[in-house]
Amino acid sequence: MSQHDRLPIVQDAAEGCEAAAPPSRRDFLRTAAAGAVIAAVSGCKPDAVVEELQRRHLTELSKDRLQEMLGKLEKKWSAEYGKDVKVGLRPPMPGVNFAYGLDLSRCIGCRRCVYACVKENNQSRKNPQIQWIRVLQMDKERGVSLEHATPYYNPEKVPEPGHFYMPVQCQQCRHPPCTKVCPVKATWKEPDGIVVIDYDWCIGCRCCTAACPYGARKFNWAEPKLPAAEMNPVTDYLGNRPRPMGVVEKCTFCLQRTRTGRYPACVEICPVGARKFGNLLDPESEIRQVMDRKRVFVFKEELATEPQFYYFYAT
Amino acid sequence: MGILEFLKGAARQVVTGGKAYKAWVAVLVGMMVIGLVGYANQWQGGLIATNMRDQVTWAFYIGNFTFLVGVAAAAVLLVVPAYVYHWKPIKEVVVLGELLAISALTMCLTFILVDMGRPDRLTHIMPGPGNPNWPDSMLSWDALVLNLYLMLNLVVVVHILYRAYRGQDYAKWFVVPLVLFSIPAAVGIHTVTAFLYAGMAARPYWNAGILAPKFIASAFCSGPAVMIILFQILRKTTAIEIKDEAIQKVAELMAYAMFFNLFLLGAEIFKEYYSHTEHLLYTQYLWQGIGTHKALVPYAWFSLACSVTAFLIFVTPAGRKNWTTLNIGAVLIFSGVYIEKGMGLVIPGMTPDTLGEIYEYQPSATEWMVAVGVFGMGGLVFTTLVNVAVPIMMGTLRAKGASTVPMGAEATH
Ligand code: SF4
Ligand code: SF4
Repeated sequence: MSQHDRLPIVQDAAEGCEAAAPPSRRDFLRTAAAGAVIAAVSGCKPDAVVEELQRRHLTELSKDRLQEMLGKLEKKWSAEYGKDVKVGLRPPMPGVNFAYGLDLSRCIGCRRCVYACVKENNQSRKNPQIQWIRVLQMDKERGVSLEHATPYYNPEKVPEPGHFYMPVQCQQCRHPPCTKVCPVKATWKEPDGIVVIDYDWCIGCRCCTAACPYGARKFNWAEPKLPAAEMNPVTDYLGNRPRPMGVVEKCTFCLQRTRTGRYPACVEICPVGARKFGNLLDPESEIRQVMDRKRVFVFKEELATEPQFYYFYAT
Repeated sequence: MGILEFLKGAARQVVTGGKAYKAWVAVLVGMMVIGLVGYANQWQGGLIATNMRDQVTWAFYIGNFTFLVGVAAAAVLLVVPAYVYHWKPIKEVVVLGELLAISALTMCLTFILVDMGRPDRLTHIMPGPGNPNWPDSMLSWDALVLNLYLMLNLVVVVHILYRAYRGQDYAKWFVVPLVLFSIPAAVGIHTVTAFLYAGMAARPYWNAGILAPKFIASAFCSGPAVMIILFQILRKTTAIEIKDEAIQKVAELMAYAMFFNLFLLGAEIFKEYYSHTEHLLYTQYLWQGIGTHKALVPYAWFSLACSVTAFLIFVTPAGRKNWTTLNIGAVLIFSGVYIEKGMGLVIPGMTPDTLGEIYEYQPSATEWMVAVGVFGMGGLVFTTLVNVAVPIMMGTLRAKGASTVPMGAEATH
């Protein structure tokens, strides 16, 4: 099929253009000039563009504006997915700083965490396939060596003899290089340790993807494909709500769950209990127990990102 | 009033030209159409139309961007030798250099735009409607300095040409400080662009202090290569006089710059191969390939061969004086640096990726089309600007009643 055949669709199928409310006249005039330019580029109708232009950074939005915005999203997605979609914007809990522990001697490489994460967090299933957790298969002979690691292992049964497994996801760095490079402050670290992204502010430049040493950030190379039947309707604006095309996403420690006191989906599903999670500021928490009793280490410690994600060997 | 008439005169001049001019413009417009078709495809389906993926998340577009920043910087830097060696058509060199910078910058900004996942959110990076991440983010700085540099060049060029159009000399108090300022600014834009890469600890191939000096050195090769060819075309087709010595001096300077560039390259290669740490992989991917993954190897060696040959041509006086070898050298140096600074810089930085995976990137058809379009656009900007500027500089395009003395002739400084 030649590209000419597909061209006419371009102008018509500009999705998302219809959803916008008509702007007031004054608002329109204020942004009309810039809007016209972008509309010319985008082939979008000007009202949607104006709405996009009037959007301010999350930190500059009033409470009312936020509520209005979340309400609109709930309505839009409830209609789109045919279920009662909730979009929260839950603030971090005071006195909480989350950390994660991963027991490399237990992990069997079954990837149940990967699939549970995809389901919980509404990741695109195929074209583009997005997975926030990458499980690397490594050789026992070589130890942790990225040069000899592969995520593409598909045997009948895991674990395979001679191999061990190292799951990698966002390490919620204390000094996150990803937020530093973002040109528009679309991503930042929250007081409970979680690094979040405002998917509606991200410009898709992928500086953060280049800067992240852990391959944690995934880009929506095409319109994400999220089957309505499988859509998880309990969402958070900065977490697992549906994402648009052209923006970056990554693991958020399931903030829509953990900020209400639940475990991340990957911790819950792990059949061998390799995944631990908890509040660093609570001496009784699971993660503190691990740190007290085992010796933990962080991945790529030489880069001084100081992850809030610890690996350990329990046995 | 006067400005309006100037713009009208300029617009008339844009569509004025011989057969060759019109044919060339048609070619450029054709290239832009190809680019638009490619971009429409990318707009519809997303960046999946490119061959970039999460493993190699920046590629051909960003490589072209980086290369063109160098062209934009170096074109203006030619002002320095023009002053030092008292080249006769110094104002012409300034004006042409700035015109080249303007077109290169247009291309740079367009390459960034086509690489963005959400070009509709462009305003987010602007102070005012957006929220630029100063001082942390190098890209937010880069966007700022590139735009300022574009303004700077536009202001100077428009001022000089506007004055000349009306038969007046330019305002020295205004132009000289701006031109002087554009010299460190030219170094600045390229340094910030180098820092965009060099600041990333996650990518050992880029994370080196040597990157910024290397960028400047290679820019001094690619920018002047365009100027050398342009000078020759202009003195054939117009009345502008550019002395042989000036052109050959540029070639000589390029030889020194290329020597420095090759020296830095050698220093890096030594460090990587001798210390043989895990960081060697990226360099190895470029020069030898890793296992069966060898996509970049031919490009790397071709680029090196171009650069070395051009260096040898330009460093020998006979090579510089012979027009054939000189032009071959200019093309070689341009190609050598284009590969080195584009694919040779960006791709090995991301191959293998941060988790050790090797994804072999090659530009997709869409990427080629879009790139052709952007170059067509830059070429069109440059061609039309030169087509307007030259007759003004020569005194043949003037406001009614203005003096028609050529620009270089009215002052003796
Ligand atoms: S792991 Fe990557 S994405 Fe997560 S905080 Fe660190 S740098 Fe950012
Ligand atoms: S891709 Fe989005 S989040 Fe990442 S650096 Fe660019 S704007 Fe920021």
